[in-house]
Amino acid sequence: MKYLDEYRDPEVARKLFDEIDRITTQHWVLMEVCGGQTHSIIRNGIDKLLNKNIELVHGPGCPVCVTPLDTIDKALAIAAREDVIFCSFGDMLRVPGSTQDLFQVKGNGGDIRIVYSPLDAIKIAKDNPNNEVVFFGIGFETTAPANAMSVYQAKRMGLTNFSMLVSHVLVPPAIKAVLSSPVNRVQGFLAAGHVCSVMGYAEYVPIVEEYGVPIVVTGFEPIDVLEGIRQTVTQLEAGIASAENAYPRAVNFDGNKAAQELIADVFKTTDRNWRGIGMIPGSGWELSDRYADFDAAQRFDVGDIDTKEPEICRSGEVLQGLIKPNECEAFGKECTPRKPLGATMVSSEGACAAYYTYGRFIEIEGVPT
Amino acid sequence: MCLGIPGKIVEVYEIDGTRMGKVNFDGIVKEICLSFVPEAEVDDYTIVHVGFGITKVDEESATETLALMKEMGVLEAELDATAALAEEEAIAAGKERK
Repeated sequence: MKYLDEYRDPEVARKLFDEIDRITTQHWVLMEVCGGQTHSIIRNGIDKLLNKNIELVHGPGCPVCVTPLDTIDKALAIAAREDVIFCSFGDMLRVPGSTQDLFQVKGNGGDIRIVYSPLDAIKIAKDNPNNEVVFFGIGFETTAPANAMSVYQAKRMGLTNFSMLVSHVLVPPAIKAVLSSPVNRVQGFLAAGHVCSVMGYAEYVPIVEEYGVPIVVTGFEPIDVLEGIRQTVTQLEAGIASAENAYPRAVNFDGNKAAQELIADVFKTTDRNWRGIGMIPGSGWELSDRYADFDAAQRFDVGDIDTKEPEICRSGEVLQGLIKPNECEAFGKECTPRKPLGATMVSSEGACAAYYTYGRFIEIEGVPT
Repeated sequence: MCLGIPGKIVEVYEIDGTRMGKVNFDGIVKEICLSFVPEAEVDDYTIVHVGFGITKVDEESATETLALMKEMGVLEAELDATAALAEEEAIAAGKERK
């Protein structure tokens, strides 16, 4: 989709594009944090139709992409065990580990099941008392209440054969990491809508104050993304920076208190390694001491794992918004969704997968892509 | 991963003390945990992520979002883990044939 008349509501979209044109007087670099937004932007050609002074760079908000390699390798080792039923969201199956992926482990006889909800894994644990059932608990804040609930339920039900391999990541420390980088170009952020449905956006206020960049909570539909861009550019052009909400139908300032309470009970903050980016202090959640018995990394001694990333993969630079996917030499050649070198080419939210799916190969000046 | 799908609550009940319900996503009805949206009742709309209601949402925006998701073909893929598995297996089979 590259034409305005293909939008569900072309009149509203046209007005937003026109308004962004009207207010934009100089070049601005905006980062959309969430991979879902990246896909919406590329699929709908927003980057092509937008005022040429607005540059969108794609953020690290794809949990599948940033789950560290050693955690993937641990998942592979646990999933290969004969006594284990390994449950995961579907997008994790083809994420490359050092030598293989979960799909290959499944092909070699591993009992790996794709679940829609973490509660499905609880049901599997109840139905299979003689197996260890391990759930791969990844995600941003949006997914944390669901994952927390499954551990909470397991403890309440006394399910001793359930555990979780946890690799939760958090948006605000990632935004701070991008802003603290000496090569940062980002001047404003579209914050991830559903993360803020859970957490609210109070925690972005101190970041806005410290770094002086606008952060606007933004939804996922094309019109939502355009409205988020409009509000961000309005702030930038006026020389102000505040935390604003362009997705009020699903987000309020304080977020979902019931969800936050369970998260606070089940998880605690930890330093987290992000695949392709490195360690970001305080950027993850792991199981709190009360739920430590449910930690699969402790329950299964998978030992020290020697990890190995392919040298030509530049997904780390893509995740930090330093390069666009099609600037990587391997893009669309050695690296495709069927044979991915990095997780950004695997996930339905990875920026490389979005560029590949919607045909964004390298652009030659004057030739429309 | 953070995709949320709005649906209409058609039934609310408890299972072992947990607030659960049936939610209708444009004809696909699924059992959803409603613990985090204690204020949401039958006929309300909620945005659902991996089987959990995370926030209430009004009917107009919910139906618009659903129509858009259906158009893009993401609705069934997101709601049905088995469909996702079948797709993965088809891709893997393609890989082996090569």
